[in-house]
Parts: sequence; structure tokens; C-alpha cells
Amino acid sequence: MKISPEYAVQMRNITKNFEECRALDNVSVDIKKGTIHAILGENGAGKTTLMNVLYGLYQADEGEVYINGKKINMKNPNIAIENKIGMVHQHFMLVENFTVAQNIILGKEIVSRCGILNMRKANEEIDKIVEKYGLKVDKDAKIEDISVGMQQRVEILKTLYRGADILILDEPTAVLTPQEIKDLIEIMHRLIADGKTIIIITHKLKEIKASSDVCTIIRRGKYIDTVDVKNVTQAELADKMVGRNVKLVVEKAPAKLGEVIFEVDNITVQSRAHKELNALKGLSLKIRKGEILGIAGVDGNGQKELVEAITCLSKVSNGVIKINGNKIQNTKPKNVIKNKISTIHEDRQKRGLVLDFSVAENVILEKYKEYPYSKNGLLNYGEIKKFAKEIISEYDVRPEDCVNAQIRELSGGNQQKVIIGREIANDPDLLIAVQPTRGLDVGAIEYVHKILVEQRDKGKAVLLISLELDEILSVADRIAVIYDGRIVGEFLQEEANENTVGLLMAGGKL
Amino acid sequence: MLSSIISIVNTTLMYSAPLIFGAMSGVVSENAGVVNVGIEGIMTFGAFVGAAVGFYTQDPWLGLLSGSLAGVILAVLHALASVSFKADQTISGMALNFIGPGLSLFLCRLLFNNKTTTTRVANKLPKIFNVVDVSVLLALLITIFLWFILYKTKWGLRIRSVGEHPAAADTLGINVTKVRYMSVIISGLLAGAGGAAMTLGVVSQFTPTAISGQGFIALAAVIFGKWTPQGAYGACLLFAVAQALSVTFGGGRIDIPSEFLSMLPYVLTIVVLILFVGRSMAPSANGKPYKKGKR
Repeated sequence: MKISPEYAVQMRNITKNFEECRALDNVSVDIKKGTIHAILGENGAGKTTLMNVLYGLYQADEGEVYINGKKINMKNPNIAIENKIGMVHQHFMLVENFTVAQNIILGKEIVSRCGILNMRKANEEIDKIVEKYGLKVDKDAKIEDISVGMQQRVEILKTLYRGADILILDEPTAVLTPQEIKDLIEIMHRLIADGKTIIIITHKLKEIKASSDVCTIIRRGKYIDTVDVKNVTQAELADKMVGRNVKLVVEKAPAKLGEVIFEVDNITVQSRAHKELNALKGLSLKIRKGEILGIAGVDGNGQKELVEAITCLSKVSNGVIKINGNKIQNTKPKNVIKNKISTIHEDRQKRGLVLDFSVAENVILEKYKEYPYSKNGLLNYGEIKKFAKEIISEYDVRPEDCVNAQIRELSGGNQQKVIIGREIANDPDLLIAVQPTRGLDVGAIEYVHKILVEQRDKGKAVLLISLELDEILSVADRIAVIYDGRIVGEFLQEEANENTVGLLMAGGKL
Repeated sequence: MLSSIISIVNTTLMYSAPLIFGAMSGVVSENAGVVNVGIEGIMTFGAFVGAAVGFYTQDPWLGLLSGSLAGVILAVLHALASVSFKADQTISGMALNFIGPGLSLFLCRLLFNNKTTTTRVANKLPKIFNVVDVSVLLALLITIFLWFILYKTKWGLRIRSVGEHPAAADTLGINVTKVRYMSVIISGLLAGAGGAAMTLGVVSQFTPTAISGQGFIALAAVIFGKWTPQGAYGACLLFAVAQALSVTFGGGRIDIPSEFLSMLPYVLTIVVLILFVGRSMAPSANGKPYKKGKR
């Protein structure tokens, strides 16, 4: 394709190395004006790196960037901003204790004499953009007090305030509820109608189909293909992204239910942020052997507190938690593990792993005191490494020779495999998985789901908590909806549909 | 009775000025995300240079200016280490606490007949209406000015954004390194001035103990004042009251050993920090070097 002003962005033969590792290898992409162009790829494929090069946050080692047919040397974000490029990062770049308006104007402040901020005029400017695109926000609210969906609006407003014509959205839907995703796609279409160009980075196939015109696929830093979205199926996109045939649907036999093994009865837990409020307000649930119970809900409705209560990381002010008939509430995490509950925590880097420890050290975090891993207070590294190697080979952790490597160096999917291997090695009666596929790509997600179903088929109880409604609907045998600290509805998998569950998640009534 | 109250108020104000300079020094750099535990060292160096220049030129204003610039020199070292080379800010700051007094004593012996004190300056900083030190007024003006800069101007917005979320500032085209350098330099300027205000206003010569803990108390005042200029100002007044009490009632005027009274400001610092530190919010990126493009 030749360089032409018809294209908002043309990136040619971009190569970028991070020390030893080649993140981008000769990637080219052409983005037509006025289209929504998706960049699809697994985690670590180089999507975000490519966009960071476009935005001037990284400098490419080789290759050129053309904006509207003109070659531009993207040395820093200022040059990108001058060329009317705006980027909404996956991890929002917002100053938490600033107001919405302050965040929007930061770096391009409206001032009267002597650098004094003119907030009145700034607010007028923001209002103009808000009205034009229907992006309603509370300008005086602090970022820390508004929802994630609102924060994303602020990010989009930031780029529009700077006059962006080309918007880069990095994994924009990762943290949104189904309704917020619908709103976002609507906003994107309104922006396109106004002549903007949008580049959306994602690994979610459904949203590409719902939003985009064209899709470029990248795999392991290499360009794979560019396709017209309306001419391909989700399955075709998935195969191109992963490079092999993937199953998007979770395959499982009907559940063989045993007796109730785990019970949460009417528990109340104080909210950490507002001490006078309760985060859990009399929540009850039961799980049988051989069953996956999925908890669906919007973030912040008590999921975190529920996990912390079960794992005894926080206190329960009322109610009972029982496994195999033993009460475990308000004891110690050690007692929880002893009672055969294993947990795959939501934030694997904070709660699941010690990032500066080796893989071997990480796999014995729960049993470092046990024979044969230690004796008389001395660690037996021989046995520890043997155990780690077993997990590495059984769960296909890559690279294979990572026993002594710092776990920080592994990709997110492989870190998660180590955690899963470690937790399942405890042979738990109840496996709790909180957002187990968060940030993982299709291939790794498929694997995690397979493991959860395997555990269930072995007659274990599985508690799956996820903000991804699709994940809950496809993996869980029974679905409970959490809203405002209570379970507000329960469905068998075959009875549940996205709309009713989505309605309950948002606090609606049936 | 009345005379001792007036005396306490007067002494409070006198002792508060160097503290306030030091605290404002901390407020500026910490709002930009650079912890400056080297205020004590910078103040000491500023105190010496101020006193020495004040003695040689017989002009206290020139002394104050030189003391401030001396502070800038040390601050640049801190910025180099902690902003450019991403060194641990606490260690880099601690180094200043050794460099400051060391350099002062070395130069003092060199210039003043191998003595560890400078000769008394002929002219101290003037007093307003012959009562209040001019440095007291300066400290108040600087506090107001700093509050205005931080909360009402674009520079303040940028300084605070760099201290809270440098990556966000970077993506908006704000030069994080530049903003942090400027803040640390201003921090050095203020700490240097604070030291010089001590030796040109409160006492009239540099001694090795001219600055003894004021820099650290100023740091505590920053925390106690929740990283705001106005809060830190109030905290400094509180600490200065403690110092004034120990001075006024020291020397056997009441039946408490003077050693205990001298401890008062420091004990108060610890007590206040224990009671309040948990509730105050530091800038989120305070103390963290900003690494661009970190994976």
C-alpha cells in the first residue's frame, strides 16, 4: 500500500527491541480515516507496544510513522498530541485526587495572567465537548469517587479536549460492565460520525465484531493479517490470533452433583472504605461437590469482601462459613488452607506470588514448613525444585527451564499456571477462582477453564468469581448474582441468559 | 506573667521562621514526588554560608541570598542522584545530611582561623517595628505564595500531578524530570534560606549546633500538615511553641530539669507523628523515581 493522505495512520516496518527481547518485528499497518480499526493479538503480542510507538511513548528501533500521508518523527507524546493523536491507556492515566476537570486540562491548562488557572473558562470548554458527544460527567467530582466507566469517559474527554482526531483505545472494555461496553461502542460510533478515526486494541473477539470495521492481527510481534470484520467469524479471528484451532466454547459434561460441602450462611462484613457501612449484608450461598458455582456481578458489590471473608483475610461480624461441617470464619488463613480450601486470588502479582522469588520458591509459599520441603527449619531446595519441576511440566509452564527464574519474568498466563498448579497440588475440596483469566489471552483462558472443569469432574467444589459475564455463563453450572452485598438471584446454567443476569447485576428487579 | 506571655509569643515566632522555611522546602519537593530528608543538611550549609557572607559583606540580605544559593547547590546534587539517576531518595537525602555539616565545618575552619564557629555578624536581619524578625514575615509570605502556586496556577497543577501520577503527566506531554528538578531546586533554595535565617536572624553566627534538628522537625511538620503549605505552617508554629516554652522556662525558672524542657520539641514531634501520621495522605508517587517505559 502506498503512502497517502487517505490514511490517518500508516506505520511501516516497525521494529522494537526491549533489551534481548524483540517486541515488534517489522510490523506494518494502515488505518483509513473515519474507520474503527481493531488491533487484535494475544497478551504480549506487541499490540500495546505498537501503539506506544505511535503515541511517542516508545521510540521504534526501525521503521516509519506517517500521519495523514506525512512522515512524522514521534519522539515524544507532545508530537503525537500536536498531530492530533490521543491515547486512552489500559491502566488509566488519571490523577486520583484531582477533579475530573483538573485531569482533563492538565498539561493544556486554560490560564489568565501569570499562569493563574481559569477554571470557569475551562469548564465551559469541557461542556462544549461533553454536549457534542454526549459524554456526560461530573466535572467537580474527584477521580477516586467515580466509577471505572466514568473514568474512561474522562480519558476520552482528555483526548478530545486536546483536539484529537485519531483516538487509540487500549483494551477499553477490560474493566467495563456489559452496559458500559454498549455505551462505549455507541460513543465510538458517534465519534466516527464526526470524522474521527479510532484504533482499538483488544483481545475480545465479540467486541471487535460489535464495533470495528477493519481488524489487524498481530502474533508474537509479527504482522499476521488484516481483514474486513464483516467478512470473518469470531472463530476465524481466534485461530489467526492464536495460530492454531481454539475452542471458544467451554466443553463439559453435565455436572454430577454430590452433597453440600461448603456453606456461607448469612454473613455480614464491614466495608473497609466506609466503616459505618456493610459491604456484605447477610450473604448466603451453598456449593455441592462436583459443581462450579459462578458469582456474577459488577465490580465493588462485595466480591472482594466475600473472598477475603472466606479466606480469613478479613473479619466477619455476623454469620457462619462452613466447610465439611467445620466453622472457619474469623480464624487464620492457615486454618483455611488446612481445611482444604485453595484460592486463586484476583491480583496474582500482589496476593498470588512473590514476584522477586523464583518459581521454585513461589510454589512452596504455603508449605515451606512441611516435610520434605523443609526439615529442622532448613529448606531442602532439592525437593522444592523437584516439586516445582512437576508443576512446570504438568501445567505446561513456559519457558520449561524456569525453575530458578524470577517469576516476575514469566508472562501473565504462565504466572497464572504456576499459581493454579500450586493450589491444585493442595488437593482442595473447594477451589476458589477469582477472575482467574483476567488479562489472559484466548489460548490461556481455554486452558484455565479446562482445569476448572477438570476439578469439578473430580468431584471438587469450585467457586468462580468473575466480572466477565461471558465467562460465568459459559463455565459455571449454577450462577448466583451478587448485588450490593447480597445474592439477588440464582439460575442453573441452562436457565440463565445474559439479559436477565445483566439486569440483576445492575440492581434491577425481575 | 504578661511579660512571659509576650516573651513566649516572640520566641515562638522567632524559632518558627527557620522551621517554616524548612517545611516549605519539604512541601515543594514532596508534592512533586521527591522526598527530601536532606533539609537538615541543606539548612546547615545555608546557615554557614549565610553567616560567613553576612560577616564578610556586613550585609545580612546578601547573606540570606548566598545561603539560599548554597542550598540550591546541595539540592542539585540531590536532584541529580534521585531524579536523573533514580537513586533511592532517602539515601540521597541522608547523604546531604552528612555533606552539609561536613562541608560547613571544613570551610569554616578554612576561613575562620581553624575555628568551628564564624565570627559574629555585625548586622542581623532587621526587625519589623523593632519587635518581630523580618524572616517571620518572609516565612508567612512564602507560605501564602506557595499555597497560591500549588493550588491556583498551572505550575502547581503540574507539580502535584507529577507527585501523584508521573506516568499520567508524562502522557500529557509534561516533562516529569524538568518539573521534579525545578521543585527540588526551589526546595533547596527555601531550606538554604531557612538556615541563613537562623544564623542571621535568631543567632548571629554559625556554630556546629546552630541547626540541630530543625530540618527534621520541618519534615515532621510537612507530614503533620498533610503536605499542604498552610498545614505545615500551622505545624511549625506548634513545634515552635514547644521550643519557646523550653527556652522561656529553661534555666531554672520552674522546677523541671532544663534537659527535659529541651527535649520538648522533639518529644512533641514523635507524639504528633504517632497520633496523626496514619491519617495523612502523602502524594502517591512520593519517593518513587519515575522510570519511563517500564515494562
